[in-house]
Parts: sequence; C-alpha cells; structure tokens
Amino acid sequence: MADVTTTPGGATTSGSIKVAGVPGEFSQPADARSEALASYDVADFPVPHGREENWRFTPLHRLKGLHDGTAEATSGAIKVDVTAPEGVLVTAVERDDARVGAAGKPVDRVAAQAFSSFGKAGLVSVPKDAQLTEPIRITIHGQGGVAYGHQVIEVGAFAEAVVVIEHTGDAVLAANVEYLIGDGAKLTVVSVQDWEDTAVHAAQHTALVGRDASFKSVIVTLGGDVVRLHPRVIYGGTGGEAELYGLYFADAGQHLEHRLFVDHDTPHCRSNVAYKGALQGQDAHAVWIGDVLIRAEAEGTDTYELNRNLLLTDGARVDSVPNLEIETGEIVGAGHASATGRFDDEQLFYLQSRGIPADEARRLVVRGFFAELVQQIGLPELQERLIEKIDAELEASVG
Amino acid sequence: MATLEIRDLHVSVEAENGPREILKGVDLVVKQGETHAIMGPNGSGKSTLAYSLAGHPKYTITSGTVLLDGEDVLAMSVDERARAGVFLAMQYPVEVPGVSVSNFLRTSATAIRGEAPKLRTWVKEVKEAMADLQMDPAFAERNVNEGFSGGEKKRHEILQMELLKPKIAILDETDSGLDVDALRVVSEGVNRVRETGEVGTLLITHYTRILRYIKPDFVHVFAGGKIVASGGPELADQLEENGYEQYVKGGAAE
Repeated sequence: MADVTTTPGGATTSGSIKVAGVPGEFSQPADARSEALASYDVADFPVPHGREENWRFTPLHRLKGLHDGTAEATSGAIKVDVTAPEGVLVTAVERDDARVGAAGKPVDRVAAQAFSSFGKAGLVSVPKDAQLTEPIRITIHGQGGVAYGHQVIEVGAFAEAVVVIEHTGDAVLAANVEYLIGDGAKLTVVSVQDWEDTAVHAAQHTALVGRDASFKSVIVTLGGDVVRLHPRVIYGGTGGEAELYGLYFADAGQHLEHRLFVDHDTPHCRSNVAYKGALQGQDAHAVWIGDVLIRAEAEGTDTYELNRNLLLTDGARVDSVPNLEIETGEIVGAGHASATGRFDDEQLFYLQSRGIPADEARRLVVRGFFAELVQQIGLPELQERLIEKIDAELEASVG
Repeated sequence: MATLEIRDLHVSVEAENGPREILKGVDLVVKQGETHAIMGPNGSGKSTLAYSLAGHPKYTITSGTVLLDGEDVLAMSVDERARAGVFLAMQYPVEVPGVSVSNFLRTSATAIRGEAPKLRTWVKEVKEAMADLQMDPAFAERNVNEGFSGGEKKRHEILQMELLKPKIAILDETDSGLDVDALRVVSEGVNRVRETGEVGTLLITHYTRILRYIKPDFVHVFAGGKIVASGGPELADQLEENGYEQYVKGGAAE
C-alpha cells in the first residue's frame, strides 16, 4: 500500500510561499511532464520571455544574455583545475564522444545553449572497481567573462568516488554536468557555489544512476548574483538510489534557484531530497522546485522530498514548489514537505533576554537550522568544512 | 546588595488608534533576598511591567526610571539587561527551531558569565539542575520550546533561572497552566534560587495558589496600570477571600 503524504508549507512570514501539493491548484511544471522538450540544439528552444512555467521565477534580465543567444563566450573566462588520485583518467574530449550527452539531453534553453557552445568537454573517469581514498577536486575559478562548459564524470561499475567541485570568482557561466554512475557504483558529489556577488551561473546536472548504484549530491550555494541549478536524476536500472541534499544562503539581492527533477522510470529505486535555505536582506530570493515523477512502470519506488526555508529578515522571498506526480499505486512510499519559517522578533527577544547578543542569536539559529542537514549528509570529513563555510557566511553577513 | 528601583514608570503600546498607556506610574523597590508578589486582575498591566523591565521592543517607556544598583536599566539593550542580572521567566516562552536546549543553555551561560563554563563542571551542573526539576536528560537535545508541553516550558524557564543566577528574577505567571505536581516542582526550583539569598524575586500572578509554595515577603495589588495596595502576606489571604473586586470598581482597572 502506498503511503502518500503531503505536508503543505506553513506560511508565517511576509515572504511569499507557494506550495503546490494539491492537484489542480497549480499548473503542472513542464519538468514533470514526460513530453517536456529536450534537445541538444539551442535552436529547438524559443527564447524564454519569463512567463513559462520553468522560467517564471528567474530574473531573465540578470542572466547577462545566457538565455537569448547574446552572451558570447570570451577566452579565459574560467580557469578549471582538476586534481585526482592516481588511476583516475582526467582528459578533454570532443563533443562526438559517446559519453557526452549520454546522461540526458538539455531541457531548457540555457542548458542547450551551453551544449551548443562549449569547446571541449571535460572528462573524469573512475575505472571500474576503483575505491578512491581521496576525493577528486575540480575547481572552477571565474576570471570575468562568459563561458560555456561541459563536464562528464564517469564512475565504472562497483567503483566508489567522491568529487568536490568548487566555484569561485566572477563569471557568466552556463554548463552541463553529467554523472554516469555504473552498476553498483557509489558516487558522492559536493558542488559548492561560492561565487562573488556579480557572478551568473546556470547549470543542468544530470545523473544517470546505474543498477544498484548510489548517487549522493550535496549542493551548497552561497555566492553569486543569479545561480540557477537544475539537478536531474534518471535511473538506468533497478535498485538505484539517489540522495540529493542542498543548502543555500541568500543575501540581499541574490537570486538562488534550485530546480530538482527525479524521474522514477525504473522499478525499485529510491530517492530522498532535502534542501534547506536561509535568506536575509531586501530582495533575497530563493526558489526551490522539487519535481518527482513516478511513472507507471516504476513499481516499488520509495521517494521523499523536503524543503525548509528560514527567513531572517523582512524583504526576503521564497518560492517553494514541491510537485509529486504518481502514475502507479504500487509503490513503497512517496511524500513531500515544504515549510518556510521566520526568525522573528519574539525569538530574538527570547534569546537576547538570556544575555545573548542579537547577532550571535541569529547565528545560533541559522547554524542550528543547517546543522541538522549537515549531519544527515553523513560525510564526517565534509561536515566540518560545511559548518566552517556556513560560519564564514554568517560572520560576513549576519550582524 | 542588588536593588531594583522602579520610579513612576509609564509605558504605552502602539494600538490601532495611536499609543495606549498601560502602565500609569509604577513605583517599586525590590532588594536582593526579597520576594514581592504582584497580584492583579487580567488586563491590569502586570505582564506589561514584566516585559518592560526585560526590554521587549513592543513597549515604549514614556516616563520614569528603572535602576539596578544605580545603573539605568532602560538605557540597556535586552541582552545587556540580562547580563546585568535581570531575568524574565516568560508566561509564553518562544520556540526557537534548530537550537537545542543544551546549546542554548551553554550559549546563554557563556554570555551571562562572561566566559564559557568549563565543560566538565557545566555538564554536571546542567544534569543536576535538570534532575532537581524532574526533567528527562533527553530534553537537552530537543529544540528550545519546540513541542514542549506547558509544564515542560515552565520547568525549562526555571532551569535557566537556576543556571543563570540572576540578581533580579521576574516570574510572569509561572504558575499558569501547571497542574499541582508541576507547580510544586517548579516552585521548589524557584525556592532553591531564593534560598541562596542572592536574588530579588518579582512574582507576577493572577492566583494565590503559587503563594502556598513560594512565600512572599511583600504583596502588591496591581490594578489600572499601577500598584494600588501593598502589604505583607496577609494581603494575599484577603485577595483569596474577596477577590479583586474592591480594587477594580470605579474603573481603576481597564
């Protein structure tokens, strides 16, 4: 018997929270529809005008032309460094390499633009059965200018790897990242968006999860003027598992958007999504879209998705839209929850009345809010670094 | 010896049609070691007094002074008042999601004491204080006030009072919503702090019930935004028998 739960958001703020959990209340996001447009060719996508379901939250005028073909790539816009343990193949391949585009096609105009415009694709390949003891590190440093990128990370059958991708500096970057996870393999990816305040970053991350394989994604978005990430999961065989974690902190004026899509097209796969965000300052805007589609053939699916937001000040806005579409009742479980709460004056008063200064009180609350998620991620060696990142963000911004 | 002096305190709040005066000239002196019960009918302004002393931003002080050992309390921020030794046990303690009780207590104690308590003695101190209040140790890992029952919230308030050792403790309707057992446990906690002789206690209550457990030195009747009668414990007995009627008729209370 399917256990389907729906917990609509608790809106206790001046921010705006939209939760689509009730069928028919909101239009179906394009992502969840099986007939959604997907193509490698940018010409197949009309230039978005901003009223389309998948663009309606995004400030197109701040994308610096990534969406309408006016952003021309400039040389030296980004500097990419990859360090990997011995045995891992790190190379660049042409776009006709069979692995490029193997996880899936771009599903929006910017991703297709990136696919149509990149020079060579980066390839990181972990041989089958390899057990990496050190993470693979990819640093992407923006040096100003426009770049289109493509990265493929391939993990052979029964191999285990951790990849840490860090984005820093300033750039206008559109990219596709593909994860090809072989049967029984385990891949953990931590992607940190720690851009300068002027950067624009739009990327589609597509994971093809093999039979009995595990994919764990941790997205940490802190910096950038506009960051719009689109993590997608597709299962290539039964028994696959995906855990998608995210953490974001939007300051005044920042637009941080995470659009997730888990396509349960294969029986007996699992997915668990948990994203948490904090916002503060005028026009800080976070968008979280969680689309899960359980197709008729995906019997035995077990999925849950959660989004929590914490508004620290007035003037910040959250749009949180979980969306679950179920075409079969023969599943283990499916649920979603979204809630946005507010750090309000009464909480501040309570903590201050116990001697805790106001800035420390805010930090205490935010740190606590994220700590739960960081613990859940279950990567002890990364936990500390994540907490440090949050602390640094808090020191810089919460006062 | 710590002394809290409240002189001619006037306080108003923003209402729909402009500011509304709630406190209309409160005079009161509370000394370390003393316990003052402030009793009054609903709407008399008792809680406003409590929150004004703690510095809640909702209340505007329009005139008067509050001094703690000669220092101007009204010029201090909320956290400065707490660090100066003012503690308010709230009637409706606030939920703080994401912050565990143990983290909260330690952060608070560090702020009040001016240095982080030594971990080993601190853990023991908290454990003992919780045991005294008959609180489950698992409580420390829960988020502050989140999902607490009424009794748990009040125990948690008194736990803080025991750990923070204020000079002046204001207990706002600490007895409300407690069953007899919980009332006894909470009162014993307050009495442990009182017995040190180092706290001046301002016990704000609507009912006389809690005074069976916490014996006041002075009883004040609060009506219409000020103290209208003061006396010893016998005044509470009169109130128990006759109620507040004689103090509220003629529009003294709002």
